Amino acid sequence: MTASDPVSSVLSVRDGGLSFGGRTLWSHLDLEVAPGEIVAVLGANGSGKSSLLKAILGQLRLTSGSIDFLGRPGRRGDRRIGYVPQQKLADDGTPLRARDLVALGLTGHRWGIPLPSAARRRQVDALLASVGATAYGNVGVSTLSGGEQQRVRIGQALAGDPRLLLCDEPLLSLDPAHQRSVSELIGRLAHERGFGVLFVTHDINPILDMVDRVLYLAGGSFRIGTPDDVLTSAVLSDLYGSPVDVIRSHGRVIVVGTPDGHHDGAHELGGAA
Amino acid sequence: MDWSSIFNFDNYGELLALLQNSIIAGAVLGLVGGLVGVFVMSRDMAFAVHGISELSFAGAAAGLLFGVGVVEGSIAGAIVAALIIGVLGARARDRNSIIAVLMPFGLGLGILCLSLYPGRTANKFGLLTGQIVAVDDPRLNSLIAISAVVVLGLLVAWRPLTFASVDADVAAARGVPVRGLSIYFMLLLGLAVAVSVQVVGSLLVLSILVTPAAAALRVSSSPVLVPVLSTIFAVTSLVGGILLALGASIPISPYVTTISFLIYVVCRVIAWRRGAGTGRIQDARLPLPVREAEQS
Repeated sequence: MTASDPVSSVLSVRDGGLSFGGRTLWSHLDLEVAPGEIVAVLGANGSGKSSLLKAILGQLRLTSGSIDFLGRPGRRGDRRIGYVPQQKLADDGTPLRARDLVALGLTGHRWGIPLPSAARRRQVDALLASVGATAYGNVGVSTLSGGEQQRVRIGQALAGDPRLLLCDEPLLSLDPAHQRSVSELIGRLAHERGFGVLFVTHDINPILDMVDRVLYLAGGSFRIGTPDDVLTSAVLSDLYGSPVDVIRSHGRVIVVGTPDGHHDGAHELGGAA
Repeated sequence: MDWSSIFNFDNYGELLALLQNSIIAGAVLGLVGGLVGVFVMSRDMAFAVHGISELSFAGAAAGLLFGVGVVEGSIAGAIVAALIIGVLGARARDRNSIIAVLMPFGLGLGILCLSLYPGRTANKFGLLTGQIVAVDDPRLNSLIAISAVVVLGLLVAWRPLTFASVDADVAAARGVPVRGLSIYFMLLLGLAVAVSVQVVGSLLVLSILVTPAAAALRVSSSPVLVPVLSTIFAVTSLVGGILLALGASIPISPYVTTISFLIYVVCRVIAWRRGAGTGRIQDARLPLPVREAEQS
């Protein structure tokens, strides 16, 4: 699924470049995401994975190039872009239940106090059902497990009927069972609803089966292609500029020997930093 | 020890009439504290409240010394502190160190101003420990006006402020002006602290701006019930404290803080007892695989 026709793509980055204080994270990035397509964004900490998402969200300006969303320049706060960040266990100071978090996705940007509405209630119920969170809809967010919280966040992101879902390490700090169920949910919804997904992750394995393409950022450059094309020793060695081994074992991909020099902390935007 | 200095209900009716202003002030302040407290908790800013209150104390003391007025001084001090914390302390770690730097400075400045002030000592300590008896008509009016600004300000921005407070990243992605709302909230918080300092004193502001909301959050996570309970708790603490303190010869603050604390303890016990049943809270403490198995 390499959509080059801009009309058929939800997102197109053209000749995109991003630099911080003279350090180039990536440049000449061309990326098209088709409806229903899932693109994994991989790379070391500090390689600009999360920054790419922030640029698409309009929170960071590209140093060069342009980003179009649905054929138009992206604007900040477009509700048709859903955003699911990494799971942060909400603490006791969160006066919200799961359904209230979802409701914020519907009307959280509007001023005033939320007034009761039967229509809104039904919408929230439907969103909770679509992510399998009905059972804990009335439970306080702070008492949800990590996996449950991520399901609720996905429900919140669905509220804007997104055409593009940006996931920033949504599986981080989840146990393997939850990683699987949350990523399966994202994959199923992307196909059912036909939204594109950019899935930033440091570990491709939980989502390897459902990923259409991989964008690998490293060493100020990048590679795009199917997982089989990009995740090879030759491609990654070339990208990192030093020998890197990609080992495939029991359907898992293990990348060995990536230089630690990339963990230079030049920017804190990397989700896992 | 003479108990009548702590609880004394002689001539209660007459005192009640005399202190009508104080009781109204307590109720209004309870409303402000209960509502602001919910956001203080969800933004994790309890320490900031304390820092702001010390600078508000410094402002009030300076206002007293230079004859500008205690109200004006406390508002100026609180707003300056709130803005400094809001602008410099976007991240929690930065924020805590900034507050820790500001707080002793404010307290010291306040003590300096009070030492230089030639007036009576009793009034001076009121700024630290509360002076509910001193609410005259002009003061009550200014308190109500400022409180109205705070409450209306919160109601207008309630939803986006909630979004930005509990989930800043997603709120920003949704186009909520997270940074602007943060400064906006700090201004409202500054005003809320300033009015509270004038009544309960700067050392005890936390008991109305934090404790009631913290108590409410122990027993509920409903976005409607939490602010309502928090307000009820704050009003109960303040008005209850004033009514108990009326005839006694000690400041009102110990009464307010004790009631507020007891409410918190009761809420914790309720939460604990619920958790001991079959409720969700116990559920949350089980290891994840067990919960998974229970749900499937």
